[in-house]
Amino acid sequence: MDLTDHDVRAILQLLDASVFDELDLETDAFKLTLRRAHGGGWTREDRALKRPRVLEVPPAAATPHAAAPGAGAGAGAGTLEVRSPLPGTFYRAPKPGAAPFVEVGVRVGPQTVVAIVETMKLMNSIHAGAAGCIAEICAVDGEMVAQHALLLRIQPDPP
Amino acid sequence: MIVRRLLIANRGEIAVRVIRTCRRLGITPILAASSADLDSVAARLAHEVVCLGPPRSLDSYLNIDAVVAAAVRVRADAVHPGYGFLAENPRLAAACEAAGIAFVGPTPAQLAALGDKLNARRHAVAAGLPVVPGGEADDLESARTLAAAIGYPVLIKAVAGGGGRGMRHAHTDAELEQSLPRAMAEAAAAFGDGRIYLERFVTAGRHIEVQLLGDGATVIHLGTRDCSIQRRYQKLLEEAPAPGLAEDLRAGMEAAAIALGRHLGYRGLGTVEFLFDCEGGRFYFLEMNARIQVEHPVTEAICGRDLVEEQLAVAEGRRLRLSQDTVRLAGHAIECRLNAEDWLDGFRPSPGRVTCARFAAGEGIRLDGHVQADSQIPPYYDSLLAKLIVHGPDRPAALARMAGALERCEIGGVANTLPMHRALLAHPAFAAGGVTTGFFERFMAEQA
Repeated sequence: MDLTDHDVRAILQLLDASVFDELDLETDAFKLTLRRAHGGGWTREDRALKRPRVLEVPPAAATPHAAAPGAGAGAGAGTLEVRSPLPGTFYRAPKPGAAPFVEVGVRVGPQTVVAIVETMKLMNSIHAGAAGCIAEICAVDGEMVAQHALLLRIQPDPP
Repeated sequence: MIVRRLLIANRGEIAVRVIRTCRRLGITPILAASSADLDSVAARLAHEVVCLGPPRSLDSYLNIDAVVAAAVRVRADAVHPGYGFLAENPRLAAACEAAGIAFVGPTPAQLAALGDKLNARRHAVAAGLPVVPGGEADDLESARTLAAAIGYPVLIKAVAGGGGRGMRHAHTDAELEQSLPRAMAEAAAAFGDGRIYLERFVTAGRHIEVQLLGDGATVIHLGTRDCSIQRRYQKLLEEAPAPGLAEDLRAGMEAAAIALGRHLGYRGLGTVEFLFDCEGGRFYFLEMNARIQVEHPVTEAICGRDLVEEQLAVAEGRRLRLSQDTVRLAGHAIECRLNAEDWLDGFRPSPGRVTCARFAAGEGIRLDGHVQADSQIPPYYDSLLAKLIVHGPDRPAALARMAGALERCEIGGVANTLPMHRALLAHPAFAAGGVTTGFFERFMAEQA
């Protein structure tokens, strides 16, 4: 059971009239810290401590794991790497069922969108960054990728 | 029917907020969560947690079969869908009904009518509400023809949209050509429906909305909210009531919202969104959201009611417990959305581990959040960490209270929008009240 805002306000009224600057309240379910702020007024820090009672645990295999930043390294000397600017879900196509942005062997320019990484509901277009050919697609469509994870390799055009 | 066991099919701050009302009312709150959220604050506060599936929303929070199976398994009397995810999905509402479980929200038919934005426009017109000129566009060609007819700039919206997602504006044919495929792709990805429609873009407009509550027979309103502080159609700060609005305009919007609610025989909590054209001095119907809104606490602050409690009462099949005459709106309330985003780096999302979460407390201050020290903010879902809400006797008092409260807040470990709100509160145009939806972009340009 945690304290309601009403409870906290009542405690603050008592504290306000006291000489105390801090109150720590801890049970096995929660921890509440109330502190007098320097410029006046109070702050609160809440922590729910109870271990959740989980009724059903999904099969471990169903939990996607983030591809490590270095995954897929080692292929293709002289290629340029396209890495994910953020952790998120890697998509090869603009929408489910649509044709992928690029395939291996396809020619791209620096501004060509080669993939999307969705982070916190935001679709981030991933640009090739260089002119050349797609050499390898390293991340798996629809899977989680870590920040800086290798997404694709591009064989750049000769200078 | 009495709700004794409630399944909350959502996450984050709204799950925590619904749990709080359950605790106060003696209802057993059971959380349906993805595997990424099994140790979240909401999970710790709930009586029990049932796992919906893997982290990806499609495999968990958007999985209707999993939600209904969870509700049946925990013997829930009702399902609260929160906002976002399946909150406005008529198939979930119908599946709950079929399983003999109450859906905390409107009827499946009302959800279907309002979920399709073109359909909602037709209902608004039928109820006598003014709408912005516009229509559906199937492809680039029809979009060009339509844009020529209604005149640039135009706004591109998802037919199945909501919450501002998939919305873009275009000032020229070239911009339309560039934005249309992206809008369609985003709409398809977010709502599973790539259809879009165009509306004339009102250049100097305010986003003002009216809170409705209905029981299927009676509909009342709980005043206005101003949500004009937006970035890319995502609300950042809201206040209630809408400031500096002529009394006849306010009354006009409230009456229009009631007219739509009555036309639909609306059941539950809903919000009618209007665009107020500051230059023309007129308002237009935008859309109706058939759910509890993120910004509902500012309305709760001025009307002194718990809207989740009212939602549950309606879901139990009861008549409204308050009439329009008994609704008293008092004072002014402001809500700041604290998001895990770096506001000075293009609002780059910032998932990760929270190291510190300290918030202001005291009279007239409320915090609806889902983070504490050591919380893990997953990259799968939206970036909302907490909402700081203040209430004061009038707008200047509320502004002063918010400015003081923001100074006392600290969130560590993830980039967040606390500093942005501090700068916003210090801005003279915002302090004056009644800024348009274009204000935030100018505000950001000033920060450079």
